[in-house]
Parts: sequence; structure tokens; C-alpha cells
Amino acid sequence: MIALLTRDLRLAVRAGGGFGLGLAFFLIVTVLVPFGVGPQTDLLTRIAPGILWIGALLACLLSLDRIFALDWEDGSLDLLATAPLPMEGIVSVKALAHWITTGLPLVLAAPALGVLLNLAGPGYLWLFVSLALGTPALSVIGTFGAALTVGLKRGGLLMSLLVLPLYVPTLIFGAEVARRGAEGLAVQTPLLMLAGISFGVAALLPFASAAVLRINLR
Amino acid sequence: MELTASDLTVARGGVPVLDGVSFALAPGRALVLRGPNGAGKTTLLRTVAGLQPALAGEVSGAGERITYAGHADGLKSMLSVGENLHFWARVFGTEGIGTALSAFNLETLEDRLAGTLSAGQKRRLGLARLMVTGRPVWVLDEPTVSLDTASVALFAEAVRAHLGQGGSALMATHIDLGIPEADDFDVTPYRAQPRAALQDEAFL
Amino acid sequence: MSIWEYANPVKFIRTADVLLPWVTVAAVICLVTGLVWGFFFTPEDFRQGSTVKIIYLHVPAAMMAINAWLMMLLASLIWIVRRHHVSALAARAAAPIGATMTVIGLVTGAIWGQPMWGTWWAWDPRLTVFLILFLFYLGYMALWEAIEDDDTAADLTSILCLVGSVFALLSRYAVQFWNQGLHQGSSVLRAGAVTGTDTTEKVSNVYFMPLLVSGIGFVLLFLALVLLRTQTEIRARRSRALLARERSA
Repeated sequence: MIALLTRDLRLAVRAGGGFGLGLAFFLIVTVLVPFGVGPQTDLLTRIAPGILWIGALLACLLSLDRIFALDWEDGSLDLLATAPLPMEGIVSVKALAHWITTGLPLVLAAPALGVLLNLAGPGYLWLFVSLALGTPALSVIGTFGAALTVGLKRGGLLMSLLVLPLYVPTLIFGAEVARRGAEGLAVQTPLLMLAGISFGVAALLPFASAAVLRINLR
Repeated sequence: MELTASDLTVARGGVPVLDGVSFALAPGRALVLRGPNGAGKTTLLRTVAGLQPALAGEVSGAGERITYAGHADGLKSMLSVGENLHFWARVFGTEGIGTALSAFNLETLEDRLAGTLSAGQKRRLGLARLMVTGRPVWVLDEPTVSLDTASVALFAEAVRAHLGQGGSALMATHIDLGIPEADDFDVTPYRAQPRAALQDEAFL
Repeated sequence: MSIWEYANPVKFIRTADVLLPWVTVAAVICLVTGLVWGFFFTPEDFRQGSTVKIIYLHVPAAMMAINAWLMMLLASLIWIVRRHHVSALAARAAAPIGATMTVIGLVTGAIWGQPMWGTWWAWDPRLTVFLILFLFYLGYMALWEAIEDDDTAADLTSILCLVGSVFALLSRYAVQFWNQGLHQGSSVLRAGAVTGTDTTEKVSNVYFMPLLVSGIGFVLLFLALVLLRTQTEIRARRSRALLARERSA
């Protein structure tokens, strides 16, 4: 399992691995928003938590189809299925690798991009916490979507459609933590809900992803 | 422990292609599947490897004892030859890739990226992967595609060495490898009677 | 005589053939009665005027939008556990109907909301939940269409339906938390409404009876459409199977 994780990480940082892709997209969204909505700082301060969350979510979505597609094309997925690894373990490791290469850089970069959007003082901490807690859920849910559409031609669009409604609860609670944090309100309830979603999907969804992947491999 | 298939029915896309296949493969022996294209050799191999369920019958002695090599080699073009092999060695919990490299004459290529190899070299790397898995039963689908005569000889030698250590091999190939331990198994007589796909039967 | 006998496609088609005319006629009678009664023979609301009458379309459609998904969930579970093809096809047949009901619910809601709240659309929890439900329907149908092998498609969509149901429920609570909303609370099945003890907020008796008839009409309409569409799906599968047999023979 660790071997699979290190291989995926190594592949991601090699040329053509798409390591910086999500980050670049996140940066583009954040930089373009002020051009779209105008430069008023109070407006930007108000929408900053939401924009940063949406940017992170879209950046995550962008890289989902890489999770299984490449392994499917070159036959590694068949070979992994006959390896002494449980399928649930494989999908969990794949989700973890996706989070480390996509989610984690977003979490670390978000406070810096918050400066560009004039995020309010206490918001930095809560933005960071909410993304750190929420992006793993995005990766795990995305892995389910990627497993559903593996091997389909033009699966990317379908996957986005499937994953979009599944992302709604995470986005709502995550952005709510960041917004309340920035406005100095109590964040406990949405924070607990967000943590609940993250741990819940990390514990349960890999079983669904593994089942779906087995069906797609046969 | 031998690999046995008893009264196996395998299906492609729900349509049975081979019916009532039975064979036994003892340690130290190889079985070469023969039959024209589309006869169902790949389907049979994938079923034995556990990648797809059998419609009927059963396979024993496979599961955690087999390693499978299909049409695709499962190589990562952005990893070096050595890294590719090390990865599979770690997945299967074995040590050392030296013998695998030398068996397929890949030592000089160890640091080359797999993406820069020729088709035959990639194939050799894909076959070297079998050796690092440490699994006793090799299930091979057209292993000699894009190999030159010298490489085919290397492959036959590797298979014989594997059989000599008590391993066994089940493969589909059209060429004669010159392995004395190998028996031929013609799948043509087992071709399934044309009938509806299983999932369609309820609708007829 | 077990209920599972109807899982045989041929038996199902025969039974559906017998049931369909009756269900269709009953649906038409209920719908016409409920809607005509509701539109022309109920008083206008003292605050909402005649716009209140859209309730006879809006509420049943919204209820069926959810019920259709529940039916799909049940059918998916039956497919996963017992692998009856009719069940998988019934789930497939119900999805476009549910999606249409969702759209009817959303559009009639917008038409009702415009004079009431002064806006066609608001990110109100209920409206939002129905929008999310619509996305689930779209994804479910798209997945069915995208996969060629019928059994694989049935397996994958069933799992999607299961996972989607959990997330739909989660979304419902998330959305309620996110915005308290303009939409009135569920006003149909509260005790006060039926007994008429509380007339301020709930649907009073005058409106309730035609609404009930119209609701039954929608249920019957859904049933008729599902029967018809499942029959069509089974026949399409059957013709494909026959063609395949002819080709292989």
C-alpha cells in the first residue's frame, strides 16, 4: 500500500504528472474573480471565503479523472486487482495520493490567496482549518466518481455531473466554517458537521468505490 | 498444489464462449492454450486470474497464487525500468529485482525511463515483472508479442527456470517455445454452443 | 404465489398489460376531478388570490419527485440483493418521470413564487434541495446511458442510487442549516390542517380535499407511466436479446 502511495506521488511530480495543475487553476480562479466582480475591498472581503472554497473544489474536480484513467489505460489496474492488496485499500490509497498532490497544496496556498481577496483577519485560520478538514472528503468522494466512470470514453464530463451533487454538503459546511470564522461568529456546528462528513466518507465510501471498480474491471 | 479448472464456463460480455473446460496444471509444468483468434483464450485466462467471474464451474489453486500478464504491460512511462520493477516487488512483498533484470537482459536499461523503451524492451520489462512477484503460477496472455527471436529464447529460458523451481505457467501463445515441460491444450472443442447471453435469457 | 413471480419479464409484461388501462383511466379521472375541482370550485385565498390554485400541481409533483427517487432506491436494492432484471429496468424507467416531476415542481414553484415573494427563484432550502435532486436524476440517467453492458449499468446505477440517497439526505440538512428560507413549512399533512382547528397557516379543508384527489391522481399517473416505461424497457431488451440470438445462431 505504501508502495502504491509512493509510486503515485512520484508519478505526480514527474513531468506530465499534473502536480501543479490544481494549484494553477486555483490561482487563476482567485485572480480572475476581482476582475469579474470589481475591486471594492469590502465586497471582496465578504465573498472571499466562498470564492476560495469554490476555487479549491473546482481545482479538485479538474484532476479527478486522472485517479484511475491512467492506470486503466496502461493495464496497471488489472495487475493491481490481482495483487495482494484489497480493492478497498487501493481506492483509499488512490484517494490519499490525490489529496496529497491536489488537496494539500490547495490548503497550504489558500491563506496566501486569501490576501489577494482581502480576507478578514480571523478568517485565515478558519479557512485553513476548513479546507484541511474538507478537502480529504472531496478527494474520497471524487474517487468514487472516478471509479464509476473508469473506462468510459468521454467519462470526464459524466464524472463531473455525478460528483457535483455529492460535493454540495461538503461545500456548504466547509464554506460556512470559513465564512463564520471570517465574520468572527461561532464555527462549532458547521465544523463538527464538516468533520463528520470527512470521517464518514473516508470510512464508508471506499467500500462503494471498491465495489464499483470491481464491477468495471470484470 | 496444482491449479485446476473443473467444468468451467467463461463468458465475454455475458455471452458464453467456452463451455465445460477442465484441466489440471501440476507444479513444474506449463500449459499452452491453443485456438484461433476469438476462441476465448483471453477470457479463460482472465477468469482463471480472478478478474472476471466464471458463469459455471470453478477454479482452484489460483487466487493469491497467480500473477497475471495481459496484453498491456502495466508500465509507467515516467518511471525508470528499475522503479517499475521495485514497485511491483514491494506490492507483492518480495525483495530484489536483480535476477529479474538479468533474466530478461535489462541490466543496462535499469535507469532508463520505461517510456523511452522500444516495444520489445517494454514487453521484456512486463515479463520481468512476473519474476519479482514471487507468485508460483504465471498466467500469460500472448507473452511473446513484439519479442524478437533472441528475446523469445530468453523468455522460454525464464519460464523453464520458473518451472524448475516448482512453479507453473498457463499461457496463450501461437508460437512454439520449445519448452519440453509444456503441454498443449486446444480450446476449440470447448467452444460454447451459440446461445443467448446469460443476462438476456430471462427475456427470451 | 410469491411477489417475486412478477420479476419474470414475460409475466410482468402480461400483468402490466392488464393493469395499464385501469390505472390510466383511474389516473385521468382523479387528475381531472382534482384539478377542475381545485381550479374552479374552491374559493380564492384572501391573501394569495387565485395564485394559490397552483398548489394542485405544485404539491403533488413535488411529492412524486421524492417518491420516485424512493421507488428507485427500493428497486436498486432489490436488484443488488436479488438481481431481478425487471427491478433494475423499473428503476431506469422511473428516473425520467421523477426528473420531470422535479422540473414541474420547480417551474410551478417559480410561477407561484413570483407574485408571492417577488422573485422567480430564491436560494431557499426547499428549492435548493429540489435543484440538487434534479442533478441527482440527471447524473443517474446519464450513467445509464453511458454504459453499454446492461448488467454493468444496472450494477453501477444501483450503487450510485444508494450513495446518492445518503448524500441527498445529507444535502437536505446541510441546506436547511445554510439558509432558513422563505418557503412555508410543509403545510399539507399537519393535523390542524385536516381537522380545520388552525386556519391561519395550513391548508384548510376547502383546499385539502381536491388536493388529496389530485395527489392520488399523480400517484396513479406515476404508476401508469412506470408500468408503461418498464414494459418498453423490457421489450427493448427482449428485442436486443432476440437479435443477438439470431446473429449467433
